[in-house]
Amino acid sequence: MNSGSMASGAALVFPDLSGGALNPLLPFLILSVGALVLLLLDSLFAKRNNLPWAMISSVLPLLALATYATRWPGQSGTTVFGPMYIEDPFASFVGILVCIATLFGMLLSETYLKKMGRYRGDYFALLAFSASGMVLFASTTEFLTLFLGLELLSIPVYILTGFLRRDQKSLEAAMKYFLLGAFSSALFLFGGAFIYGATGTTDLAVALRSAPQSPMLQIGFVLLLSGFLFKAATVPFHMWTPDVYEGAPTAVTAFMATSIKAASFGALGRLLYNAAPVTQILPIPDMLWWIAVLTMTVGNFAALTQSNIKRMLAYSSIAHAGYMTVGLVSFASSGDTEALAGVLYYLLAYTLMNIGAFGVVILWSEKGTERLEIGEYAGLGWKTPALGLAMTIFMISLAGIPPAAGFFGKYYIFRNAVEHGYVSLVVLGVLNSALSVYYYLRVLVALYMRPATREFTMDRSVVVGSVVAFCGLALLWIGIAPDTVLPGVPALVGWVRESVLTLR
Amino acid sequence: MGEITTGHYVALSVVLFFIGSVGVLGRKNAITVLMSVELMLNAVNLALLAFSRQWGNHAGQMLAFFVIAVAAVEAAVGLAILVAIFRLRETTNLDDMSTLNE
Repeated sequence: MNSGSMASGAALVFPDLSGGALNPLLPFLILSVGALVLLLLDSLFAKRNNLPWAMISSVLPLLALATYATRWPGQSGTTVFGPMYIEDPFASFVGILVCIATLFGMLLSETYLKKMGRYRGDYFALLAFSASGMVLFASTTEFLTLFLGLELLSIPVYILTGFLRRDQKSLEAAMKYFLLGAFSSALFLFGGAFIYGATGTTDLAVALRSAPQSPMLQIGFVLLLSGFLFKAATVPFHMWTPDVYEGAPTAVTAFMATSIKAASFGALGRLLYNAAPVTQILPIPDMLWWIAVLTMTVGNFAALTQSNIKRMLAYSSIAHAGYMTVGLVSFASSGDTEALAGVLYYLLAYTLMNIGAFGVVILWSEKGTERLEIGEYAGLGWKTPALGLAMTIFMISLAGIPPAAGFFGKYYIFRNAVEHGYVSLVVLGVLNSALSVYYYLRVLVALYMRPATREFTMDRSVVVGSVVAFCGLALLWIGIAPDTVLPGVPALVGWVRESVLTLR
Repeated sequence: MGEITTGHYVALSVVLFFIGSVGVLGRKNAITVLMSVELMLNAVNLALLAFSRQWGNHAGQMLAFFVIAVAAVEAAVGLAILVAIFRLRETTNLDDMSTLNE
């Protein structure tokens, strides 16, 4: 009697998973399954909190990076489970950025958590979970996967933000981030529901092309976009950023300031690519124009008056989201993928300079207390010359002064914007950039031109030190290096261009 | 009285979503805000199910299941953070959580 009901379900066809059909999913699987293994290890060895968690967990992003490396170059992209998971060079590039940020986040965390007395294994599992969500978020046009990616990247970060649970600021930041994040994902979901209602499909690539005139779809698209803009921390969805970045453990701030930015701008680029029919009807480029201007201006003006370095870097990250939105404006208005290539390059530079700057902040903090006021950095440039030099590179890169990569990134984005006729936007961007020099140089003034006020002790950490050194050298390398011995700037530019060519 | 159409369900969903968002933005008690977020997510579920019936496919229903699961995860994490705050401060009032505002 069961045969009849089974026959009626015969329409359900499982995809053939033999012969490496799941290979495109490997980076995601490595990170998510690896996170489960880390949780298991943590519960098995819960009594002994002295496992080298950073070393164990950093295997995961390294393995994921290795799988990305085997795919490069010359891969046009495949999909798994229909549109559920897209593996193309664009997704690979964003995935590589996420894995770099995760790897460095893990390496920075061990020293930091030991200083703060909260060294635990589950922390590293949460980092890996969040990274797997980011990989998913940038690799799909299907709303279901997009939603799961968004939640998978956000929820571990809510927990990580509140990880210092004896610290009031950390918990408050977690609460704020959680409530606003949940609110924004509800907006995101409602947008997705409207798009589904207007078209009958949850694949955004199909839905946004099939009924761009439908008002319901347009409302849905704007709601959906607001969810992305919240994660990317652009005006008017930026209010949470300074509080959360300040309150979160510094290693978590370094991780989320970089990787979430990469994942959300990656996903945003893919969404805008597929939303071209809608952006021709709705004034999306104009809207993004205003968002870019306001984000740059609000971020920079607010950063001017900050005395806490984490808060200053938080506002500066808002300003950087604004510069990247300039790239999205020219991409959304023209559909020219070259504009998106500029954003990808900028994301790489942004990741390196922020991880590096937070790494220096972690090295300069003492056991139990952090040194976060810029005034407390007086004279440190002379006492720790290597770190001072590294901080100088990060600050001039953030300010967009050559030869560091931040300058070339801005040049790349602004040049694309000028080519697409956004001269006034670029003028505003350059003015903002000039303004930002003031507060970045203030850190350098403290480092080199103020006398040291008190005794300075620092526990050295080779791991954090090498992360900082790597970031500093890489920033100079991708800012000026020619293609002579190793691949330099031209190779990198070729790479980002190639990444966006087969975007889908 | 006419038949109940998708439009009715969506109208109800929009009203519920609006009530939820007013709760998130206006209320001071963290638990009430958490409940308002849940209300918003369930409003989305209602809309998804109505659309799913209208289009005669299962994509909306499937999505609704995931939304339910994610809502449960969010509630668990949100309450855990709240319990941690309550242990430290003995308050659930969001206005008392202002050490980060300078």
